[in-house]
Formats: sequence, structure tokens, C-alpha cells
Amino acid sequence: MLNVDAINNGIVVDHIQAGTSLELYRLLELDKLENASIALIQNVRSNKSGKKDIIKIEGDVSALNLNILAYLDPGITVATIQDGKIVSKKRPDLPRKLVNVIRCRNPRCITSVEEECEHIFLLSSTGQYRCAYCEQAFEMKPE
Amino acid sequence: MRHLIDPLDFTREEVENLLDLADRIIADPAAYQEVARHKKLATLFYEPSTRTRLSFEAAILNLGGSVLGFPGADVSSAAKGESVADTIRVISAYADIAAMRHPKEGAPLRASRYSGIPVINAGDGGHNHPTQTLTDLMTIRRRCGRLDHLTIGLCGDLKFGRTVHSLIKSLARYEGIRFLFISPKELRVPSYIITDVVEPAGLEYQEVRSLEDSMPQLDILYMTRVQRERFFNEEDYIRLKNTYVLTEDKMKLAGPNLAVLHPLPRVNEISISVDDDPRAAYFEQAKNGVYVRMALIMTLLGLPDPKQKEGN
Ligand SMILES: [Zn+2]
Repeated sequence: MLNVDAINNGIVVDHIQAGTSLELYRLLELDKLENASIALIQNVRSNKSGKKDIIKIEGDVSALNLNILAYLDPGITVATIQDGKIVSKKRPDLPRKLVNVIRCRNPRCITSVEEECEHIFLLSSTGQYRCAYCEQAFEMKPE
Repeated sequence: MRHLIDPLDFTREEVENLLDLADRIIADPAAYQEVARHKKLATLFYEPSTRTRLSFEAAILNLGGSVLGFPGADVSSAAKGESVADTIRVISAYADIAAMRHPKEGAPLRASRYSGIPVINAGDGGHNHPTQTLTDLMTIRRRCGRLDHLTIGLCGDLKFGRTVHSLIKSLARYEGIRFLFISPKELRVPSYIITDVVEPAGLEYQEVRSLEDSMPQLDILYMTRVQRERFFNEEDYIRLKNTYVLTEDKMKLAGPNLAVLHPLPRVNEISISVDDDPRAAYFEQAKNGVYVRMALIMTLLGLPDPKQKEGN
């Protein structure tokens, strides 16, 4: 496997669906991360799923909302690395609230007309995301 | 700052306190005619709904307050593209409380987040209409003396009927409620209402097609309109529309303590001949709507109840 510098302190976001790491970079707002260096590794050969992407982040990641990863791609794992050793590897929990991650598609919703209205989704008890304004459940677009 | 945006914003206990207050107002309206003196209600109706607007206006006037309103979106700032967030910030400087009707779902919630005064959702598109729900609950409680252990039939358009969905959500908080969902298959209650609301509450329910068969079991019959535009073709509409019309004949099948509710306006889904039946509660329901709005305005403004002794 291609090895872009082993991480000393930081995280490795692994098992990302191949070709989607740039999108994650944007949604995680990694460009706003100060004091961290980031490597996007695309199309890594993987036994599990054929190909995958990996994001490695060296530095302070405390500002990141990693929970949205669980929403975006439930297969993703996050390994936390301290002093060169993996101290934990887990799937993030689903976030209770998504702000400006997905957009409400209900044309009757206030978010469709109101200026500078945040798109807020809340996790329902049945594991669906519903728009905070109109309560319409968000459904992934069919590919 | 309290608002009423979603029918479930109030706890069960808060709802019952509100209905108790409405009952006290009915018992002695004169005692309440000055309690909101110098208070102004802004009616922000971005789409016309004369009935709801007048109900709110009657409520504040009955309490000795006054009304500020704009007549409709076409002549208001909304037409000039002002956001709901900006409008409510301005209105907060003019009025003490606002009732907002808006064609877009979630508009009152958006407003409440920027408001300096309590906001009441007076209907947001096909979404929520909490004061209608409170009116329904009040009418059920006054007729049946309780909100638990009742068999409730909801009939007609259960798919698009927002008053139906809100009522189900509210009643699902009480024990021993049994629902009969009476509708054509085209207008069945949405599955999320069953999976997210009724089943988690552990309540008994049945989806049925026949209003006639349901009549003998019911404590409450909540009628809604079956609208022509909900059907793909005219034949289906014609075939089904009479099935869901309440007539004197169908009333004969029901028990003596049934109460028939309808959010109004009705078109033809309840025959006029049913109006004189003592079990018809829909005009009383409209009247209750004013009292429940009076109680709501007092509650949100924190106005003291003249009939409630100190320390109570
Ligand atoms: Zn929405």
C-alpha cells in the first residue's frame, strides 16, 4: 500500500467509498483546519471493497465534527493515533443534528425561499433525518 | 420566551392546564374581558384564512386587547422579498404576541428563532396547525370528560390532512387510545405516522375502509374532506366520495355518546341533516377555538388568571 508518511498524532479516516474523499474534505471543512496537515489518498486497493479512499490528518483535530462521517458513509472507520500508535479505531456515531450538510428538497419548505436559512436536520427516533422546519425525511437520491 | 409552533411543544400537563383555563373562561367570560388590556396581537397572515384569523382576533378582543394585521402577502413586505426572520424582528417592536399563517412549512419556527415576542403557528402550509389541535382536544375533553381510553375514528383524507396527523400525535400521548383510520386506500394515513407515532406509543389501531362498520365502535368521529384534486381520475373520486359522507343513516349506527368533529369548512362530507343531531360537535368546536386561543394568549403572555386564587 502507498504510504504517505505514518501519522504520529492525529487520525486516519479509512474505508471511504472510492472517489468521495474530496467531497468529505469539503463537508468536514478540512480546509479550515489550522495546525494540521492532510493527505487524501484515492483509489487504494482494498480486500473488502475493491477500492477505497483514505484521509490522514496529522495534528490537532479537536475542531472536527467527525460524527457527520457516520451519516455520509456508514462504512467509514476513524483510527486515532497518539505517539505513533493506534489508540482507538471505531465507527463514529450518527450525529443528532446536521447543519448545512444536506439540503431540504421539499419545495413547500421555508428553506426553499428564505434568505440565508440554514438547512438543519434532526435525527429521529427511527434513525431518519428530518428537516427541522418541515419535518420531511431526507432520502438519498437514487444513483 | 414560549412559542407554540408544533402541537407537541406543550407537555400533556401544559395542555391540560390550558384546557382547564379555557373551561374557566367559558364559565365566566366577563371575568376575563380586561386581562389583556393594552396588549396587541399581530396577525401575520401570508395567505388568507378568514376563519382562523377571525378566531384569533375574537380571542384577543374578548380579552380586552387589540389587533394589528396585514391583509395578505401580495401587499405586504413579503412580496418585496423580506425574510420571515426580518419581518418578525420588526413586528416584535410593534406587538406583544404574533399569530403567523404562512404557506411555507416551518416559517413560524423560523420566525420564532428571531422573535422578541411569543409566536403562535396559525398554520404552516400542509404541516402543522397547533391551535386547531388544541381546539380538537378541548372539544373531545368537553364532550367525553377525558382524553384517555377513547376509540377515535378518523375518516376521509388521512394522507394529506395535517389536522389529522397533529391530532394523532397529540392523542398518542394518552393511555388506552384506540384509533380507527377510515379512508380509501389512496388516502391512507402515512406509514411514518404508524411506525413513528402510533406503534411506539403501544396503541391499538386498525386501518379500515368502511365508515358504516366503524360507527358502532366510536366515541369520537373526526371527519375530514375528501378533495377531488387528491385523485388521479374522476371515476375513483366519484366512486369513493359518498362512502365517506356522514349521513343521518350512518349516524343511526352509532352510540348515543358519539361526538362528531370536523375542522371546517365542510363541503359535502357531512350532510346538513346531521347538524341538528346533538352528537354533532363541529360548530361547538369552532366556538371552542376562540376560548382555547384566549387561554393560549394568556398563557404565552404570562397573564394572571383572575379566577385562580393566589398561590395556585
Ligand atoms: Zn424542510
